[in-house]
Amino acid sequence: MFTVSDDWGARGKPYRDAFVDTLLDMIEADDRVMVLDADLGGASNTLKIRDARPDHFVECGISEANMMGLAAGMSSEGLIPFAHTFGPFATRRAFDQIYMSGAYARNTINIWGSDPGFTVGANGGTHTTWEDVALMRTIPGAVVCDAADSVQMAWILREFAKSAGIHYLRAARKDSWHIYEEGSTFELGRGNVVRRGTDALVVTAGQLVKDALDAAIALEREGVSVEVIDMFCIKPLDVDLLLSEIVGKRAVVAFENHGVIGGLGSAVAEAIAEAGISVPFRRHGVAERFGQVGTPDWLQAEFRLTSPDLEDTVRGLLGGG
Amino acid sequence: MQEESYRRDELLAAKIRRDVLALLRHRGYGHVGGSLSLVETFAVLYGGQLRHDAKNPRWDGRDRIVLSKGHAGPVMYSALAEEGFFPREWLMTMNDGGTRLPSHTDRLKTPGVDMTTGSLGQGTSTAAGIAYALARRGSESHTYLIVGDGELNEGQCWEAFQFIAAKGLSRCIVMIDDNKKQLDGTCEEVMRPFDIEAKMRSFGFCTQKVNGQDIRAVDDAITRAKGHASSANCIVLDTVKGAGVPYFESAYMNHSMKWNNDEINKATDEAIAQLDGFIEGREA
Repeated sequence: MFTVSDDWGARGKPYRDAFVDTLLDMIEADDRVMVLDADLGGASNTLKIRDARPDHFVECGISEANMMGLAAGMSSEGLIPFAHTFGPFATRRAFDQIYMSGAYARNTINIWGSDPGFTVGANGGTHTTWEDVALMRTIPGAVVCDAADSVQMAWILREFAKSAGIHYLRAARKDSWHIYEEGSTFELGRGNVVRRGTDALVVTAGQLVKDALDAAIALEREGVSVEVIDMFCIKPLDVDLLLSEIVGKRAVVAFENHGVIGGLGSAVAEAIAEAGISVPFRRHGVAERFGQVGTPDWLQAEFRLTSPDLEDTVRGLLGGG
Repeated sequence: MQEESYRRDELLAAKIRRDVLALLRHRGYGHVGGSLSLVETFAVLYGGQLRHDAKNPRWDGRDRIVLSKGHAGPVMYSALAEEGFFPREWLMTMNDGGTRLPSHTDRLKTPGVDMTTGSLGQGTSTAAGIAYALARRGSESHTYLIVGDGELNEGQCWEAFQFIAAKGLSRCIVMIDDNKKQLDGTCEEVMRPFDIEAKMRSFGFCTQKVNGQDIRAVDDAITRAKGHASSANCIVLDTVKGAGVPYFESAYMNHSMKWNNDEINKATDEAIAQLDGFIEGREA
């Protein structure tokens, strides 16, 4: 059971603190848990794990493809590997290793791809991923998550360790928005209705949950009732929830910190189309653009991923101008 | 004692070579060159150096083997069949729909295969991961990582070698099948390898180069590598692509061949008959 916190939208615990604290806790409980990093331990703070539990930390150096293969090999000997690097390197760069050495060989790799989309900030276009979800969704059996906040991230990490396979989590390293009460639990493959509404449905994930809730409040002042689903588990997608919540809505928007090809918006579109539902629909994400450098806030505005941008999309779909 | 053991390995090598030829002749196509170059290595490994239990392929105390050049499946399957991991009849099913013996080795399908390979270079990292996990829990098991010389074109190999050497995984024994050819021609023509032995030394490996078609030399090299715990170990196997059958040795393009003419069928049949004769003589 999850509870949206009364002070949602406040600054939350940094995602990387959630990762490090949770993994250290998991290591205490299970000797099989291992953390691998590719010379980004200083960026992810996994160096804290290295210092506290060197027997559970593998410094892989700047070789992401090798890191994914190492993780796969370790899992075949019973270990539970968690590998971190920046999102584009964790997916684009090492995709075949994740696919072949990991998924195809039925090995396990738990992956944290950090700083997705606009959260890349000063690392800029070379370090930006608008396509990690699209890539990872294509892998048979893979689980793909985008963490709304540090509470959800901690829960996802623990859940990943419970099963074999390819598990991908995208989440920023630093700032997070507080959404859920401590102790909230979730379910992989189940979306969360974080706000009820009757006119429009916004399906979102990750850090945009806060912006979607902000937009819903702003639109409410205009008399538009917006429902928001935190679809933190993008694969497997909670199609049942999606289809049941679409009923009666006059507009559906998938709002994602990702490219519009292959991500959450695509997944939602596929489900709606295959169910034979006709409803005004938009994928609100990034179309045909590469990333660039700037502060996360500037990038979020530059790529039209702010709550006012979402409000415009909802208004447009509802025909309200 | 040692002589007896060599004679057993020679017999096993003859059986493996015969089986490789028979299954490829039956299939009508396949990776003959790089399978034959590894026959002696597999005979030495399964003849005694590699701890294994055919009745319990996942036995935790076993040595691991990762055939990173997964297309050499025929030589591994032949060795596993001769050792009793599965019936020899399976060999004739290679690449049939639903077979347990796919063209490239698969840990889910074949008893005795520890890692799925085929996308070249990737077995180097998975083997390193296996060796790391074994070392971490204080296991005495070795991990044999068999890599092709052409495969060394893949950058991932060097990432993994870097890791194996840096972490001092001395129980991971890297064996490079230096048969000097790859699909498009000789290694010299495709991507000049320069000195593989020197490269491995410079990467931090205790490196031996031996005649990979010489059972004694391969066996000695493995024994030495097992006794060397202060750094990572590499054995460069100086081999001949298509080894043991003049027809295949002399074929320029012998990476993968088709049994679609009288000449190749006759050469194969003669080689099988000769090997059968040798095997019968030894077993008499």
